[in-house]
Amino acid sequence: MSYHRPDALTDALALLAAGSPTILAGGTDLYPATSAQELRGDILDITGIAALRGITDAAGEIRIGAATRWSDLVAADLPDAFDALKLSAREVGSVQIQNAGTLGGNICNASPAADGVPPLLILDAAVELVSAAGHRRLPLAEFITGNRATRLKPGEIVSAVLVPKAATAGRSHFLKLGARKYLVISIAMVAARLEEDAGVIRSAALSIGSCSAVAVRLPAVERALIGQSVADFDIPADLVGQALSPIDDIRADAHYRAEAAVELLTRTIKGVVP
Amino acid sequence: MSLDAAPSIITVNGTALEIRANPGRRLSDALREELGLRGTKVGCDAGDCGACTVLLDGAPVCACLTPVGQALGRSLQTVEGLGAAAELSLKRAFARFGAAQCGICTPGMLMSAVALLRHVAKPTRAQAEDAIGGVLCRCTGYTKIIDAICDAWRDAEPVAMPPAGQSIGAAIERLDGVAKIDGTEVFGADYWPQDALRVVVLRSPHWHADFEFGDVAAWAEARAVQVFTAKDIPGKNCFGVIPPLADQPALAEAVARFRGEAVALVAGDAAVMRDLDLEGFPVVWTPRAHALSVDEGKAAAPIHAARPGNLLITGRVTCGDVAALDGAAHHVTGGVETAYVEHAYIEPEAGAAWMDGDVLVIQACTQAPVMDRDDTAVVLGLPSARVRIVPSAAGGGFGSKLDVSLQPLIGLVTLLTGRPCRMVYSRRDSMVSTTKRHPGQMTATIGCDAAGKLVGMRFDGDFNTGAYASWGPTVANRVPVHASGPYLMPNYLAEARAIHTNGPVSGAFRGFGVPQAAICQETLFDELAQKAGLDRLEFRLHNALRDGDVTPTGQALHGVGIADCLEALRPHWADAQEWAAQADGRGIGIASCWYGCGNTSLPNPSTIRLGITGAGQLVLHQGATDIGQGANTVVTQICADALGARVSDFELIGPDTGLTPDCGKTSASRQTYVTGKAAELAGLALRAEVLRRTNMGEDAAICFEDGAVVIRRGAQSERLDLGDGIWVEETYDPPTTALDENGQGTPYAVYGYGAQLVKLEVDLALGKVRVDHIVAAHDVGRAINPVLATGQIEGGIAQGLGLALMEEYVPGRTENLHDYLIPTSGDMPRIDSILIEKPDPVGPFGAKGLGEHVLIPTAPAILNAIRHATGARVTRLPALPHRVLAAMKAARHD
Repeated sequence: MSYHRPDALTDALALLAAGSPTILAGGTDLYPATSAQELRGDILDITGIAALRGITDAAGEIRIGAATRWSDLVAADLPDAFDALKLSAREVGSVQIQNAGTLGGNICNASPAADGVPPLLILDAAVELVSAAGHRRLPLAEFITGNRATRLKPGEIVSAVLVPKAATAGRSHFLKLGARKYLVISIAMVAARLEEDAGVIRSAALSIGSCSAVAVRLPAVERALIGQSVADFDIPADLVGQALSPIDDIRADAHYRAEAAVELLTRTIKGVVP
Repeated sequence: MSLDAAPSIITVNGTALEIRANPGRRLSDALREELGLRGTKVGCDAGDCGACTVLLDGAPVCACLTPVGQALGRSLQTVEGLGAAAELSLKRAFARFGAAQCGICTPGMLMSAVALLRHVAKPTRAQAEDAIGGVLCRCTGYTKIIDAICDAWRDAEPVAMPPAGQSIGAAIERLDGVAKIDGTEVFGADYWPQDALRVVVLRSPHWHADFEFGDVAAWAEARAVQVFTAKDIPGKNCFGVIPPLADQPALAEAVARFRGEAVALVAGDAAVMRDLDLEGFPVVWTPRAHALSVDEGKAAAPIHAARPGNLLITGRVTCGDVAALDGAAHHVTGGVETAYVEHAYIEPEAGAAWMDGDVLVIQACTQAPVMDRDDTAVVLGLPSARVRIVPSAAGGGFGSKLDVSLQPLIGLVTLLTGRPCRMVYSRRDSMVSTTKRHPGQMTATIGCDAAGKLVGMRFDGDFNTGAYASWGPTVANRVPVHASGPYLMPNYLAEARAIHTNGPVSGAFRGFGVPQAAICQETLFDELAQKAGLDRLEFRLHNALRDGDVTPTGQALHGVGIADCLEALRPHWADAQEWAAQADGRGIGIASCWYGCGNTSLPNPSTIRLGITGAGQLVLHQGATDIGQGANTVVTQICADALGARVSDFELIGPDTGLTPDCGKTSASRQTYVTGKAAELAGLALRAEVLRRTNMGEDAAICFEDGAVVIRRGAQSERLDLGDGIWVEETYDPPTTALDENGQGTPYAVYGYGAQLVKLEVDLALGKVRVDHIVAAHDVGRAINPVLATGQIEGGIAQGLGLALMEEYVPGRTENLHDYLIPTSGDMPRIDSILIEKPDPVGPFGAKGLGEHVLIPTAPAILNAIRHATGARVTRLPALPHRVLAAMKAARHD
């Protein structure tokens, strides 16, 4: 049993190559998963690695370090297209969770209700994966494969989330529906990003979470919105329904989720334009 | 670098301290166990409650989610480090406003507020609400916490202590408040003797199963621990709050009847226990058929052989001739189904045990020290005199800490090993093993005449009482007494049954079934008022019990304040109607309550000892456990005025079964009334004795002056000869009578009354409900301490709101505080409390109970407002968004 908190990413990668430590960042998912008072097994704490935290603007993309905390995102100066991400950050658990939890952790935990995923999907985000063997990147939509399942390979770490500049146009909004205000797992949530010309939707990026095993984009609905008025548009509810596979659980039934998703989508789009 | 080598240096509250803890250890555990900084509380170990909030580089984080390794080299502040001027001012505001009730969330609240106040000196209510959004409070309803945060900048003077004889009615700060706000209060998990063994429980993972142990001795030896099972229990392995129906083993024998039932204990040294994994414990389970719902329970083989049909008990009250309903001009019939509701106090059960000579001492959180003593003594085969219960501060109780939990378990380990031991329930332990509010399936028919006067009511309810009896009989008896509501009901038949299942044990939860029954009755009242063409408030007022009216049990009541409560709401009702008309989705609702204070037709005496020591110290032996509601303060205020002394003259002793006489359990809204009455009698008796000894007249003043007691009357002055001290002891037991086979009799000597008005908005497309404002009028007889009283109202409303809108304990599925939702600071409406003081002829200084009354009207008033807003009749609780939306659709199709 060991606990490592390296300062350098190369040291972290070497540790990952040498064994299979559990990667620890904000701890907001690892600790709730155990009844023990300490994490068992080998732990690799990546929060000491400065290179993994923070937001930089370079080479045609915005790079968000995987260990960037929700509260860092809230405080960051980012284009309007990131408003949805910031709003989602404000709705993750509580201030306490936002001060500890990280964007990379949220993605790797791969909950169907991960608050960060829909806002990143509408930004066409990709994840950067590094290992001692090298780098690769995957679209976020391909990285998360199911409930609690990702394409992270042994020896790999998510080092950053990358948002192409092309996807930072327009404005965005995010709505989360839950049975209470704080500390709540969503029944459904929606992120939307729109570009408009004189009140007409030029492009739309839409995503719904908590209504399928992995949050989804809605390409058919996005296409249907193009050319419609931002003030008065029709959402093809059947196309929304086809994209979702909601379940019955303690928070809501599947039928409600499907219906609420359409309503939330409408409100989120209306919320994009102030 | 690897951090698990040598001890590390951690800087806490500006001081560098050496800490020996693995860097992967939870910071909360390291602070508490290694550094002794126990002001940081642990409620869930999952970031769901925020009780462990500390500031790391000034930012609030949950210490339970923070590895020690991440706190090294950073600035860490805990509640013990709050000393700056603004921080002290905040703490004083918490005291002034009564923002700490039980106090378990207070450190987390303070730390969250400090982080806000460093950036915003004069926050708005919205900012304060947002800052504490991550800290759950189950007592206060958050209102007074937000009041305190917003007013902290003012640094006002503490509330002045009233002069002798003027304590009653004074909003004095709670007498036990300082420790709660400093973080020095000792809760169940906060004290243990050195070298205490740690104890954990092995629980059944099955609803219903036979089990056999394998080679437990070898398993234990390999791990350097000790294991205890039912066969080690020296006494009678059976406890229960109602002795004739006691049926619950401390450790199950051969069969476990519910998921979470304790089957074995493992005890060992702290270092061993920290790494212990119960996986692989040698036990073989053979699951049996199980029943979870009432309907399944009725059809299943008896869970207890002597209870066919799994019927534990039936309660029944009838008067007049319920057939008169047939002739009523208007009728309504309907049913409601409620969920298991979890108490969700922020303090999981915890305590320690040790031997003091041949006396077993147990210090743990509880609401009922003498019952704990007696139950534990039976299980351990000891005379009661050899068990001493020292209640720790209780971090919330609400009924569940009336039943023993870990007391017989840690008692057993200490008794058999001779060593001190301690146990702290995990949040999961607490949720799976302790009692719940009874799920109720209720139907009723109510009728009135053409003028809207009630003709009669028929009520029938099945209550899922789970695997063991606990307080099921109390629920079955209380419900038929109260199901009519505080109205004149000439013809009545009510029956309630407690049915066993393999679900969680249902026990006491603030209101003993009455809140569920009130949901059924008060929602039907709205429909009946509509049929009769009467305004909903006026319909209730028209039928409200008045002085001299007779209840369905045949009891004539006096000091009845329900009409006063409804009348007090009238102007608000008119305003609310205007408000509701202004926008779609707005609705208003109203509901009433009544509630008998004290045990139902059973003795429940309280005894107070009061005296003056030889050194001139006034001492009150106060045996009523204060679980946050304020008994320490209220009982003292009553005693002070009866005696004619100042509250500040008193020293409080207890509760402690080794030191204080029995003041009964803290339940049934009885402490202000019953223990308060005993305190009044004791105060009067001591006063009489002092005046007799000094031969002074009735109107003399008793003055406590630096070790001397001086009696003054006009120009006369006499120093009391104290000798070895002067002591009195007085007992009060409410004058009740047994109920006959028709439920006729005097079940309670005192009732309290209330009515609440709710304004809310329903999101018409999503079915989500936002409660905007509640006006609550409660007849308390006499408000002994108005701040404590309004604190009870606000906290009760929070629980009522949770019951109505979000709380549903699903066995096996919601055993944590992120799947089981209770209201956060962002879910609470503005609350205006109106204290009605219609004196009770029996209660001390006219006072009535309040603690349970306050949540009864909230849920039905919310449901009535939802119906008003949307037409939706939600009949299955909680009214989650999907249920509201479905009910709205159903209403449209009606």
